[in-house]
Order: sequence, then C-alpha cells, then structure tokens
Amino acid sequence: MNYKFFPHTDEDIRTMLDACGERTLDDLYKDVPEQLVLKRDYELPEAMSEVEIRHYFDELGSYNVPLACFVGAGCYDHYSPSVVSSIIQRSEFLTSYTPYQAEISQGTLQYIFEYQSMMAALTGMEVSNASMYDGCTATAEAMMMAVANAKKRNKVLVSATVNPAVRRVVDTYAKFHGVEIVTIAEEGGVTSRADFEQKIAAGDVAGVIVAAPNYYGILEDYTGWADLCHDNKALFIMNCVASALGVIKTPAEWGADVAVGDGQSFGIPMNFGGPYVGFLCTSKKLIRKMPGRIVGATIDADGKRTFVLTLQAREQHIRREKATSNICSNESLMALYVTIYMSLMGKQGLREVNELGYAGAHYLADKLVETGQFRMAYPDKPFLNEFVLETDLDIDQLQAWCLDDGMQAGLKLAGNRLLLCVTEMRSKVEIDALVESVNDFINSQK
Amino acid sequence: MNNVYYGKLIFELTKEGRKGYSLPKNEIENYGIEALPAALTRGEAPALPEVDELTVVRHYTNMSNNNFGVDTGFYALGSCTMKYNPKINEEIAAHPFFSGLHPLQDVSTVQGALEVYYKLQQSLAELAGMKEFTLNPYAGAHGELTGLMIMRSYHMSRGDEKRTKVIVPDSAHGTNPASAAVCGLDVVVVKSRPDGTVDVDDLRPLLDDTIAGMMMTNPNTLGIFEHSIAEIAKLVHDCGGLMYYDGANLNPMLGKVRPGDIGFDIMHINLHKTFSTPHGGGGPGSGPVGVREGLEQFLPAPRVLRHEIDDDTYHYSVEACDESLGSISGFLGNFAVMMRAYTYILTLGRENVKIVGPLATLNANYVKERLKDVFELPIGGVCKHEFVFDGLKDKSTGVTTLDVAKRLLDYGFHAPTIYFPLLFHEALMIEPTENESKETLDAFIDVMHKIAQEAKDDPELVKTAPHCTPVRRLDDTQAALKPIVTYKELLEA
Repeated sequence: MNYKFFPHTDEDIRTMLDACGERTLDDLYKDVPEQLVLKRDYELPEAMSEVEIRHYFDELGSYNVPLACFVGAGCYDHYSPSVVSSIIQRSEFLTSYTPYQAEISQGTLQYIFEYQSMMAALTGMEVSNASMYDGCTATAEAMMMAVANAKKRNKVLVSATVNPAVRRVVDTYAKFHGVEIVTIAEEGGVTSRADFEQKIAAGDVAGVIVAAPNYYGILEDYTGWADLCHDNKALFIMNCVASALGVIKTPAEWGADVAVGDGQSFGIPMNFGGPYVGFLCTSKKLIRKMPGRIVGATIDADGKRTFVLTLQAREQHIRREKATSNICSNESLMALYVTIYMSLMGKQGLREVNELGYAGAHYLADKLVETGQFRMAYPDKPFLNEFVLETDLDIDQLQAWCLDDGMQAGLKLAGNRLLLCVTEMRSKVEIDALVESVNDFINSQK
Repeated sequence: MNNVYYGKLIFELTKEGRKGYSLPKNEIENYGIEALPAALTRGEAPALPEVDELTVVRHYTNMSNNNFGVDTGFYALGSCTMKYNPKINEEIAAHPFFSGLHPLQDVSTVQGALEVYYKLQQSLAELAGMKEFTLNPYAGAHGELTGLMIMRSYHMSRGDEKRTKVIVPDSAHGTNPASAAVCGLDVVVVKSRPDGTVDVDDLRPLLDDTIAGMMMTNPNTLGIFEHSIAEIAKLVHDCGGLMYYDGANLNPMLGKVRPGDIGFDIMHINLHKTFSTPHGGGGPGSGPVGVREGLEQFLPAPRVLRHEIDDDTYHYSVEACDESLGSISGFLGNFAVMMRAYTYILTLGRENVKIVGPLATLNANYVKERLKDVFELPIGGVCKHEFVFDGLKDKSTGVTTLDVAKRLLDYGFHAPTIYFPLLFHEALMIEPTENESKETLDAFIDVMHKIAQEAKDDPELVKTAPHCTPVRRLDDTQAALKPIVTYKELLEA
C-alpha cells in the first residue's frame, strides 16, 4: 500500500481501524449492499513513474503540430509575459479554495477586486463579476439576465455577426431556458439597422446581443442602438474581444447595459480551447441581477480595509432554485492571469498590442489582395486585426498547402471565404512567409 | 501564509510613465491604427495601472502570502475534496506541444490532444461505469446543467414533453436546484429520513409522468451511503424518469462502487475534486458528464470520435452529431485541466486508484470517532468520505459552529464547510482526503479538542476568533448593504 500520495503505513492503518472499531478497510463499506460493490480491477494501465509520464506525453505531443497561427475566431495567439505564468503557479493561489473564509483568503479576494476594477475600467461599465467560464457562456448568462430583468418577455435578438461559437451556446441555453432567439440579419458584414429597428419595435424583446469587433473583425457603428433598446425596455448587450477594448469604443460609450466576452486575448495560452475566462460587466442598477460571485471592500474587526465575497444572496448556495445563475466554480485563477497581464501591459501596452495587430492584419490583407486571387469581402468596412477575404481558389487545398509550410492559413467560412487574423505574435517575416506560401500555391495551380 | 497583512492595491503603486512590458518593434509601416474612424474608438485609454515588472512581482507575491492553500496546510472542507494537487500535473499541463494549440487548427495537427481527450473520457467511463463522457463542461454546476439538458433531450426525443420536474433531496448541494432552474425544470424536494438518507415513502407519491428524473449524490452530503439506492432507481425508472448522479462526492466510491452499476443514467465528475486538479481559488474546474449506453447521441457538441482503420492505425475527429443537445462551450472545454486529470490517473494506475476511496473513508471515520466525544454527531455508524457534526456537544457556552471554524484558522487549519447541509442548525462538515497523514489528522483532532475546552474556559476567545490571521473577522453586513466593488468606488466612498 506504500505509494507517494498515500502517507499511511500498515501500522497507521491498523491503529486507525482500531479507533473506528473496524477490522479491515472493507468493513468501512459494510453499509453498501454487497451486490452493488465492484468486484474486479479497473481496466486501466498500471501506475507510471514520472519518467514514464514525461515520455508518454512527449510521444503524444509529437502527434501535435505547433503552427504559426493566422486564425482567431474567438481564440487569439497573444504574447504572454513571463511574470504571469510564474505568479499563477504560486501554490498559495493555485491550490487554494474559493475564498469563503475571508480571513485566510485576502490574496484571492484582493486580486478579484482588482480584476473587477480593471474590467470595469476596460469596458467603461460600473461593475464586474468575479468571472464566468468563457465568453460564450457569459453571453448566455447575459441573455438570461435580460429575460429575468424583463420579467414577462422571453425574446432576445442576436445579430448574425456574432461569433457562431457564441451563438451556438446562446441557442442551447435558450432552448432549455425557454427563451426565443431571433436573428438580426447581416448586411455587408454588419448588423442590419433596418432589420433591428423593425424587430425591436414589436415591443416584446427582452434583450439585444451584438458584437464588437464582430465575427468578421469589423467595428460596427452602434450609434442610437442603446436608445432604441431602452425605448423598448430591452437590455443592450455587447459581446467584446477583451484585447480590442484597449482601443475600440467601449460598451459604456455605446450605452450598453451588459458587456460580456472572453478574456483569453489577454495573453492566456490557447491551450486547445481552455481554460479561458468569461467576463460580465454591467451597471450598478443591475448588480443584484448579475450572475456569479462579486467581491466587495469592507473592514475587519480592527478597522483594516479588507475584501469579502458579497451580495451572496443572489447565489445558488443561498437561494438554490431562485438564484440568478447556477454558477459556482468560475475561472478564478484565469481572472488572476488577466489581472497580472493588465497590470504589466497598462493602457499603453494594450494600445501597442492593437497597433501591431492592426498593422500586421492590414499589411497581410493588402499583400493577399495584390496576388489578384483574393478580394476583401467587405471592402468599405473598418477592421482591427481580423478580416474576411473572398476567393475562387480551393480553400481546403490552399490551407493544406500552407500547413505543409507550418502555417494555419485562417479559417474557412461558408461561401468560399477565408477569415484571417494577425496578432503581435506574427512577425513581418512570418506574414511574408504566409504570402509566399500562398503565392507558391497559386503558381502551382497554373 | 504569514500573519502580516499586505493590503495594498495595484492601483496604489502606479506612477504615470512606468511600464512593465516589452513588445516587438513594429516593422510594418504605413498602417497606423489612427486610420480607424474616431467614432469607433474609445475616448480615453482605460484607467489601468502603470507599474514596473518587479513591483508587479512583489505585489502579487505579497498578496499570495495572505492566502491559504492545500500546499500550506490541511483543509477539513466537506464536499470539496481538497486533495493534494501533484506537481507533475502542472508540468505536463504546460507542455508546449499541447498548450500552444489553437482549438480551430487543422484536425490533423492536434491528434495528440484529441487522444488525451478521448483516453481521459474512456478512463472516466471505466471508473464510473458509464458508456461515454463529454469533457466539454467547465465546472461541476456546468456539468449538472449539461446532464439535465441530456435528460430533457432524451424525453423530448421520445415526444414526452410533459416531463418538466426534477426531484432533488433536501440535503442536496445548492447547485442541483439552481441547475434545474436554468434548465427550465421545476424542482420537487424529497425529504430525508432521520438517518439522513432519502425517505423512500416520501418519494413514492412524487413519482408520476411529469417527472423528468431525480438528482442524487451518493454518498450524500452527510457522507452516508444511500443504501436504498437500488430501490430508488427502480422507482424512478419505472415512472419513466432518469437518475442523475452528482459526482461531487465520488472520491469514496473509487475502488468500491461505480455509479453506472447502481442505477444512475447520467452523471458529472468534478476533475478538481476527485481527480486532483487544483481549485485555483474558485476555478478553473472541469465537469465531465457521463451517460449510459443509449444516451450518448445527446451529448453536447462537439464530440471527439475515434476511427479505427486497422489494429494499429486510428485517427480522431471532432464532430457535431445530429441528435446532440447543442453546444455548451466555445470549444472542447478546459483542456489544460484535462491534461492534469489524465496525468493523475496514469500516475495512480489501476493498482492505486482503487484504494483512494477506502483510504479517504478511513480518514473520515477516524476523525469522526475521535471527535464525537466533544462534538454532536447526529447520525452515527460508518460514514464514507465525510461526516457532519451538529456543533459542539456542550451548547451552553454560546460558542457556535462559525466560532469554531474561525478559531481553527488561528491554529493553521482551514475551516470545515459550515451551515451545510441545511438539515442541522450548527452543521460542521469535515472531509479529510486520502493524502492526509495520521500525524496531520491527530494534530487537527488535538486542536478541535482544545477549542472545545476553550469554549468552556474562555468562550469570548473563541467567539472573537480569529486572532492570528492576516486580518480579523470581516464586516460582511456593511459590504452587502453598500457594495463597493471597484477601486473607483473605493476612491469615491
């Protein structure tokens, strides 16, 4: 029974069983009906040593191919400062529980307070919760918030330019939660204003969800949208890319009631899909309808400024089925990740990241259009660091060609279009290499 | 953790003009971001800190010293399974050939990652007695929600639309009824018997053709094995409902009982409990959901499928299946958490995983038996991984469960779960995992006895605890009355 994670000696086990008045470990399960007990070994491999574990994952890893990534679409390859991964590995943060015992959890509580403060500053909103699972579920939670806020209405409008991954999750939650989702049409890469005006005017809408930048990387003009929503008693919800908020007009400036999105673009490793961190920010007026944990400032018995989980009466462990959400565990450590990231980068760093992505993306777009084989899908629309090209080339073959050169050449969209992304991680050398690879492919087709 | 409080905020260390980053030079000219229309850009830069690198490092390091973690000391925290988080898990999770993968890159370039997903999924299925798991849910409550969506999808696929109620025991975790509500189900509460198990006589009249299913954890939140589980499952199945297993309490079952073998159809597992991945101060977790044969078509999209070409050749694909309930996550879930859990299972191996349950159960029973002289044990007999006291035996001192919990912090132990389950007024719930040594448990037992004595000799000392932690008891009433939730509000207050 001696094993590195099990400290008991045989003697310990005997002594402890004696104290319990039992003779064997099996006796501790005497309350379990015999026919329910598993009577065989699990069909699993035998224990591996650390040496074998390392070899095993090296071998498995050889079936993965790290690529120069020119795809975004909800997950972005951004620079991650060395400080961040080092600090979040500190076991005082990593191995701690949810900070219910505030006296021994001020580290966690304080970084959540900083996180909330920074997310509020970034979005311009008044308050932020302590985090959600990801940008998709955060948007679904905002949808449910809108329906709860409107009481008797259960219709939510979602722009066709919202990332389809977000839309899929919103649709799933809506189907089971009894919410009707209606699409606002797309027109030339942006949300149709006419369709929005017509659908909101029906007066039965609880919320409206749009994106900034949208799925095609375009910055849409939402002038007057919030007013129209509010005139019709609907919440205006914006799904944003966190990193872009360093430069783009904020949800607060657009008049949004709820700002949601994914914080992954703040340098969180792509990690094949997670963990990331969803954010949800809103107004003080709506704070009691907000899902998830919130940290507030208070004082302790000695009058010291301290931090504590607050407004818990909204939460599942108090309100059970009447809670604002079922969320319990969130993505606390990833909230710390983006808090340290924002501390290091500051407002100037966030701007530079966007400048680099903007320059790289616009340069790449021009170079690909110069080949004569691509057209900008939405030539008159402003974009940040993602854009869509149309082509007559076979995109599957093109991507396979670039893959051989170690590059992921964008994401194929319906209508033989290609969604491309450039971040500060892609050097000019890499961008030129992609253009060269594409040119080689074009020449091979002649 | 030390007891010197570091209470500065990063915003208080900021000085205009300082910076803590370096980025590559812009080698591409003539593409200035100023070209974006002013109407689409933000008016002023966000009020973020301006600090140098060492200041950031010291700030967060000092903050971490205000924190308690599993690596600091023993957590007696019931229903949370605060087991040791092995270091090899962290090393493997950061493997650059996995951590750098974009979730949408070509499927031929992520076959190793998909194998981790598939093999972990299959390992969990073997451990739990289920057919297939989805690893997409991000946390336990997210898994519950996903499981209930599967339950509803099953009924809807049969045209059985009127099943809109789910039965939840009164001892259940709060997430159970909350998940049901998010899923559009009405909650029906079933009572517990005096011994803490589900009252089958109270259950029978609740069962009709409006019941979608029943949620249970076994052992329940009192650490008691639901001995009538076979009868309960039969009753629910006979009325057309499905049985859902809340895997928060799976740890004592390892090596002994598989939920799939005792009548459960759908279940979730908290990888951050039973499979040793760190809690991270409240996430990221991972809440895989397993189903018995015949329900796998309803699992959320996407699914990872394995295709065997011949004995030695196979590949994996990522698919959205027709009957799937839909997507509940952006991609394939918290992959880096899966890397840790799979590493843990491989590290334990079949010969060690089977004694996890018995050792955890031994530790719980040992602590219970040694403390029941001074703490009120409402339900005797053998427990599983955890047990519940109803406060101190001697109630005359006025010392409450909260006071005991806070005094424990002074002695370097994390408090137990308190005031849950709701069945007892002074509930104090203790779960020592299999990783804790007899010496650690004895030290905890000694301290608990000492606190019981202090409650008699100097009740004020216990009622005003903690005294030795970085901060003292907090005023949470004021925090909730006038919430101050950002630095900006703090400045204005």
